[in-house]
Amino acid sequence: MKYQPVIGLEVHVQLLTDTKIFCGCSTKFGAEPNSQTCPVCLGLPGALPVLNKKVVEFAIKAGLSTNCSITPRSIFARKNYFYPDLPKGYQISQFEDPICQHGWLDIAVDGEQLKRIGITRIHMEEDAGKLVHGELSGPGDGSGVDLNRACTPLLEVVSEPDLRSSDEAVAYLKQLHQIVTWLGICDGNMEEGSFRCDANVSVMPVGSEVLGTRAEIKNVNSFKFVKQAIEYEIGRQIDLIEDGGTVVQETRLFDPNSGKTRSMRSKEEAHDYRYFPDPDLVPLVISEKWIEKSRRELPELPEQRQHRFMKELELPAYDAEVLTSNRSLADYFEAGVAAGGNAKSVGNWIMGEITRALNETGTVIEECPVTPEQLAALLALIDDGTISGKIAKTVFDEMWRSGKTPHTIITEQGLVQVSDSGAIEGLIDEIMAASAGQVAEYRNGKDKMFGFFVGQVMKASKGKANPAVVNELLLSKLKG
Amino acid sequence: MSITVADVEHVARLARLELSPTEKELFAGQMDAILGYVEKLKGLDTDGIVPTSHAVPMENSFREDSTCSSIGLEKALANAPDRAGSFFAVPKVIE
Repeated sequence: MKYQPVIGLEVHVQLLTDTKIFCGCSTKFGAEPNSQTCPVCLGLPGALPVLNKKVVEFAIKAGLSTNCSITPRSIFARKNYFYPDLPKGYQISQFEDPICQHGWLDIAVDGEQLKRIGITRIHMEEDAGKLVHGELSGPGDGSGVDLNRACTPLLEVVSEPDLRSSDEAVAYLKQLHQIVTWLGICDGNMEEGSFRCDANVSVMPVGSEVLGTRAEIKNVNSFKFVKQAIEYEIGRQIDLIEDGGTVVQETRLFDPNSGKTRSMRSKEEAHDYRYFPDPDLVPLVISEKWIEKSRRELPELPEQRQHRFMKELELPAYDAEVLTSNRSLADYFEAGVAAGGNAKSVGNWIMGEITRALNETGTVIEECPVTPEQLAALLALIDDGTISGKIAKTVFDEMWRSGKTPHTIITEQGLVQVSDSGAIEGLIDEIMAASAGQVAEYRNGKDKMFGFFVGQVMKASKGKANPAVVNELLLSKLKG
Repeated sequence: MSITVADVEHVARLARLELSPTEKELFAGQMDAILGYVEKLKGLDTDGIVPTSHAVPMENSFREDSTCSSIGLEKALANAPDRAGSFFAVPKVIE
């Protein structure tokens, strides 16, 4: 029998606020355990949570950018369960009436037609603390609780079960990741857990309309692992059904070392969360005016920018996509174009030399030592024939190292391109005189020898001869 | 509606309470009486009335995203039954 996988993703997006969602403790990563805590996030009796306004603003931006409608009146709810990392015995979340609902993203897999993936809801909630195992200095083999992360603001983005393959899941996830980092509401660091994903996976016979029982896979903290975990889980469920077994609803943990998922705990009981409205937090009412203000403040989103690059700057689709892969890269590109660079050339240099140099030195585009204006100046020097494209790469490396302007480097190192035909002719004459054998071969029809002469001239000019002039002069001289 | 011992056992487990057989019987009867009383409210006509989530007519209470000082590690751990270094120590949690 053939099976159809059905996948839905729940993504936790940690928001880039300075303070926690319901108290003024810092959210800074890496502080001493439990040093960033107060009665509210410790869950001490009588403490009163107060909502961080920035969290609401970030949630609205996320919702508008994923085509959601913003709920005019939403409330917070308590999700009740016991776990050592949850000091209050409940998590403050949203249940009925989450802040954003009914959105979608269009994803593309391998150049196929766009596919629309529904977003059921986006809600605000607090994170739990962190548990550490087996690394405590104290006695015994217990676990340690660090509540610095408790009460850190999260958005949970829940997709519809519209995804049909691991590739679609990864494409959706990447797009969501791009949007939240582009908006500047999340740093997107998957390793540190700022952007984490749980995958609900089930399989059903092809043609069926009844969804199979799903397993929820946790702990997938990279795009690669998401793909691996989903593929493993699909295979596991199909094998189980084929062998006459049934899939049970449960939480499974992905183990990156083995590439497998394993059962964590049965979910039936854990699911009895007894949600109810949190009386400590008053309802959140978002006016049409507030939504419009947020809409006006939204930056141009990656997809819109990509289309503008294609339409206004006539970039090929591939270039436009790469150059909008993150906001800083797109800003850099536009600054280069604004400084007078030809869009296609600026794009090529960013995707070529600059990306290479960034990767080699482990630098991010924000810290690129060559400014967009300097890059545009370098390209202008190629365009007006002052230097060749080849020399430009040498100049670029020097700009990267020294931070000097291209003009300074060219002047200092005498790299100006020689286009003076008299000087080049002199070089050609010398080379032809010294290579009588090769000249004869060429004249006997061995056209390939032409490259040899070009190489010799360029070498003799230390790369400074204008290649177009060299070609032209060589052709006429070799003809004899 | 009738609350059974099984219902009492279920909510007791969710609340991590250990009850004796006598208590289970006792609470089943009491909870049944309480819920039976509340059941009377179902007779009221509540069409068109928005469910009350909050008793106080108030909305949009915010704080700005600015840091206040935390209480500090020692105070945070002061009431902990057990600690290990800077951590609250709890029995081993296995996932």
